[in-house]
Amino acid sequence: MQHHLILRVVTKLLCGAIILYAFYVQFHGDYSPGGGFQAGVIMAVAFIAYGVVFGLDAVQKVLPAWVVHKLAALGVLVYSMTGVVSLFLGYAFLDYGAFSPHHPSHGQHWGILAVELGVGITVTGVMVTIYYAFASRIPRITDEEW
Amino acid sequence: MATETSHHVAMTLHDHLPMLQVLIPFIASPLIVLMGARGGLSWLIAFVASLASFIVSIVLLMEVIDGGFISYAIGGWAPPLGIEYRVDAANAFMLFLISGISTIVLPFAYESVKAEISAKHHTLFYSCYLLCFTGLLGVVITGDAFNVFVFLEISSLSTYALIATGAERDKRALTAAYDYLVMGTIGATFFVIGIGFLYMATGTLNMADLAERIADQENNRTIKAAFAFILVGMGLKVAIYPLHLWLPNSYTYAPSAITAFLAATATKAAIYVILRFTFSVFQPSFQFEVYALEFIILPLAVLAMFAASFIAVFQSDLKRMLAYSSIAQIGYMLLGIALLNSTGLTGSIVHLFNHGITKAVLFMGVGALVLRSGSSFYSRIRGMGRVMPITGAAMVVGGLSLIGVPGTAGFISKWELVQATLERGWWPLAFLIAASSLLAVIYVWRFVEVLYLHEPAYGADHREAPLTMLVPIWIMALACIYFGFATEITLGAARTAADGLLAGTTGMLESVTSTEAGH
Repeated sequence: MQHHLILRVVTKLLCGAIILYAFYVQFHGDYSPGGGFQAGVIMAVAFIAYGVVFGLDAVQKVLPAWVVHKLAALGVLVYSMTGVVSLFLGYAFLDYGAFSPHHPSHGQHWGILAVELGVGITVTGVMVTIYYAFASRIPRITDEEW
Repeated sequence: MATETSHHVAMTLHDHLPMLQVLIPFIASPLIVLMGARGGLSWLIAFVASLASFIVSIVLLMEVIDGGFISYAIGGWAPPLGIEYRVDAANAFMLFLISGISTIVLPFAYESVKAEISAKHHTLFYSCYLLCFTGLLGVVITGDAFNVFVFLEISSLSTYALIATGAERDKRALTAAYDYLVMGTIGATFFVIGIGFLYMATGTLNMADLAERIADQENNRTIKAAFAFILVGMGLKVAIYPLHLWLPNSYTYAPSAITAFLAATATKAAIYVILRFTFSVFQPSFQFEVYALEFIILPLAVLAMFAASFIAVFQSDLKRMLAYSSIAQIGYMLLGIALLNSTGLTGSIVHLFNHGITKAVLFMGVGALVLRSGSSFYSRIRGMGRVMPITGAAMVVGGLSLIGVPGTAGFISKWELVQATLERGWWPLAFLIAASSLLAVIYVWRFVEVLYLHEPAYGADHREAPLTMLVPIWIMALACIYFGFATEITLGAARTAADGLLAGTTGMLESVTSTEAGH
């Protein structure tokens, strides 16, 4: 996509902002609309946009396919391990009160943050995986065809 | 509870058993992917998780076999607001079946998967397998109607992927998986629409709470619509006769180990959901339910027994034949449900279990034949019974159990069903059960003839199956015989389960609202 100067510059500029916004949505999920799922999708959008403009090879240099697979699994583990920790603290699975027994509402916040982080990581992983799966199927369009 | 911290009593490992039942395979699944475990290691993780889950299920079954139930509030949020896992005799028995089958099929899967799926896919294969296993356990253990849907989707989505892995051997696995995906999704959608209606009418999703709130709403049209949607949606997953079209191809083209696992567990879990909804959530005294069971399910069950058996007779592929036979056997289970009495329900639950182990023997046997001959077509496995006598003998035992010959597990459940029809005074049905068993004699004889009464075909790998396959096959074959004589465990658990289901959940609600795990 050598000819699309504006697209390339704008994408480069935006990617950072998109990722920042994803983190904002991620960590404000317990106070304001948002949370892991939305943040994960937004995060994935940054990579997908980069991939669309600069090509699959470029984006896979940043985020190789195998890393994306691991991310998808890692998020699920973060989620379930949060529950396992509360389980080891003598509370029910995913009872966030366990993280701060004397101040359960704080525990709820921490628990939600940890769980949403897991959701965010997995959603990012899965979204990018889906993009990779589709993008790597079709023969890539050469520059001359534009 | 989140608010009662000062009175918090630390829960012990024993209290966590219902959670661990589902949690262990669930955590093992992403762990395999994260570690990038190859071949043997991914198998080992899957096996250990499955074994641990099996042990948990035995402990749970022993606790509830004499009645009572265990409740586990996830996140400490007490039901009916929070999600509840509720183990009673009916689902403890199912958990025992599913995790038991998985633990025995996995050692078999080791060689079979190595031969049928290329090594680079093993990591994802075992990860998917564990997800499917988790989903089935979750469907069975949960006491929350919406949670059933969530777990159903977990198991279904991973099942589609697992069936599609058969594409390395036969490309038709892809279309089979796609067909199942379309039909399974329609089924799941119908199911969730039904749940939506129930939620609309009652404002709750907890099954026990639902039962209490719809007990006096028999004439509420929303409730009736909910029942219809749930029955049809689950009917698709169960493969009730005219809704069975996804099943033969899925079972035929899936990898052998997956077929053995799914045939023994997946449709059974769906039947359990139907049982749970028809008897625990909706009352069996509802007139519309009685009509639906007697005038729709009963004829369809009888139709399945004959039509599917009849189709099975004319198959030329052993795996496909067994798939049609599965549809026929599902007919017996539905028949037991539609009889609406304790004996029928007991027969249905026992048949669920007995048919599970019977089909596990047969499909694992087919898997062993496929490993050595490369195909399950009758023309390719001719005479293999002579070349692989140990596998062949186990398959004959499985075949006998499928027919329902006295001394095998299959006899017990059919006997129970015949008794149930006589109790209702519907003796023609008893004849029909016997007559459809005669069809089973024909299709079982066909494969026995192919296995033993022909000269072995050329070009096949003429050896007995490896020990890792023979041991699981024979454990299941011996179980077929064992449960044909020692009926206290299966019949006992099934009777408790049936009585519990017929009693409905009324009166259990006080224990639901208290947070303590009660008996």
